[in-house]
Amino acid sequence: MNMPDYPKVLFKNRKPNRIATLDEYRASGGYEATERFIGGRVSPKEVTRLVDESGLRGRGGAGFPAGKKWSAVADDAAFPRYLAANADEMEPGTFKDRVLIHADPHCIIEGMLLCGYAFSASKAFLFIRPSYDSSAAILEAELENARKAGYLGKNILGTDYSFDIIVHRSGGRYICGEGSALLNAIMGKRPNPTKPPPYPTEKGLWGRPTVVNNVETLANVPHILRNGPEWFKGIAPSSGGEGTKIYCISGKVNSPGAVELPMGTRLSEIIEEHCGGMPAGSEFKACLPGGASTQFMTPEHYDIRMDFGSLKTVGHRLGTAAIMVFDQKTCLVAATLNLMQFFARESCGWCTPCREGLPYMRDLLWKIEHGEGREEFIPLLKDMCKKVWNAYCALAPGAAEPVISLLTFFEDEVREHISRKGCPFHAQAGH
Amino acid sequence: MRWEHDTFHGFEHSDSRIEGKPSMSARGMENMLPEDWKEKMKGMIAEAESPREKAIDVMLSIQDLRGWMTDEAMVEASELLGMTPLELEELATFYDFIYRSPVGKYVIHVCDSAMCWLEGHQSVIDYISARVNVPMGGMSPDGLFSLLPVCCIGYCDRAPAMIINRRVYGKLTPEKIDRILDKLIHENEFHQPE
Repeated sequence: MNMPDYPKVLFKNRKPNRIATLDEYRASGGYEATERFIGGRVSPKEVTRLVDESGLRGRGGAGFPAGKKWSAVADDAAFPRYLAANADEMEPGTFKDRVLIHADPHCIIEGMLLCGYAFSASKAFLFIRPSYDSSAAILEAELENARKAGYLGKNILGTDYSFDIIVHRSGGRYICGEGSALLNAIMGKRPNPTKPPPYPTEKGLWGRPTVVNNVETLANVPHILRNGPEWFKGIAPSSGGEGTKIYCISGKVNSPGAVELPMGTRLSEIIEEHCGGMPAGSEFKACLPGGASTQFMTPEHYDIRMDFGSLKTVGHRLGTAAIMVFDQKTCLVAATLNLMQFFARESCGWCTPCREGLPYMRDLLWKIEHGEGREEFIPLLKDMCKKVWNAYCALAPGAAEPVISLLTFFEDEVREHISRKGCPFHAQAGH
Repeated sequence: MRWEHDTFHGFEHSDSRIEGKPSMSARGMENMLPEDWKEKMKGMIAEAESPREKAIDVMLSIQDLRGWMTDEAMVEASELLGMTPLELEELATFYDFIYRSPVGKYVIHVCDSAMCWLEGHQSVIDYISARVNVPMGGMSPDGLFSLLPVCCIGYCDRAPAMIINRRVYGKLTPEKIDRILDKLIHENEFHQPE
């Protein structure tokens, strides 16, 4: 295949069948930032400033600027301080963290170390889902190697800074990826989300200042510090985001997978050049651009730059940059029903709009898909999409996103289900 | 057959229980958890910021030994963790991979989220169900396999996918499923003590 080639950052040490070792990571410039910034005792504030200047935004879905989050920990905030690195990624379509851990675990470890240094944390938890047990085992082994090399533990590189990382295995629930739920999960409490304030940076784990970041966000940090904020900004072709992005593409493409590309690479290029295009006989009908809690995006935006700003301009969200591609043979009512089934099941059940609202929406979609739909279900679903915003956290509003876009961009398809009393795709696609 | 300890310490689990015989690994649950295992757990818990932080690790470890979280194991684990059994119950019933009912030696979770759905997860379920004689949500008569659904396991690039005892298998076809199941059945025969 003759695909455009871009410099790799997070995947530069990626190999087909094994992780990059500590030595290989070091040979590629790894732990240089640690030597320079921690070993050289550059002030934590300067580390935060450089990350802030780079424009690095959270890769876990919300896109919050990383430097801003770190500097939210007040100078006189209590000790100990904690870092929680999120590798839960249970958002359907999302598998970038797994690929990253299996490619270059030390860039995550070093990123966590530098982040911890930036707000004087002493301990970090790397939260990981049970279906990534092999990834958890890799991380545990490589953390031990990092300890032996003096990058973790007491008095790192002979300084007075001490920091260590623990792998925390989850029992598996989507809601654990939500920041406040994740903190409850780590503490061994039922992982219900809590509504800020106080924010975790003020009162997080055990009431102490805690930063929660996605592992991909953290993995960028060593590279930013080593090469400078301007280098990071320069990677992206547009101003809608900085650095590179690990896009994970699944569904109706020939070569699904995770690819690292400059932030803002066009959707058409991602699909055609980096995923081998769509299978013969398949045409692009829609994609979810950033995981299950984003809206179906129509062919109108097929050439869009996949970054935070460009997607926001047209009313979409980058989310986790998990691109799920659907072709013209796919029934989007059935797809939305599947997504709603996911959200209804994964609701933690704590608040009523989510616990009761999502199953209700699922039932309406089920009826439409199975020939029992009625015209009045459409305004009812639209109304529910608004009402679930009364929920405690972002799960239910996220669940409403595919529904809103189904009713906006594919209303004809929904109405056809209702008027025909059944799924028009059923016979052809076998769903 | 109903599992006989349904109403232990006042809980009624019958509606969430899977009907079926207790698995091989569930027999002999009158035995307490081994002392050396407990010492190992105590060492792990001592390193935590607070004992209950290790609740999932302790429960996963018990399941490695016993297959599932029996009522007796819940009590023993909660004592180790400095929690009440009810507090641990809040966690045990919350998570996908903690089992509060008997499960087979091999627990097959078939992913039913968007991309696996798109690639025909239902035919995977139907095939496995027929192949090992177990309905979705149930356990095979020989106690070897349980079949359960699971939400997105993060292998969307290799859909349809499933996870069996923490190992993930993707790009499933009937031939591949046969190979996986045959290997597990063979392994089990090979390791039978009798």
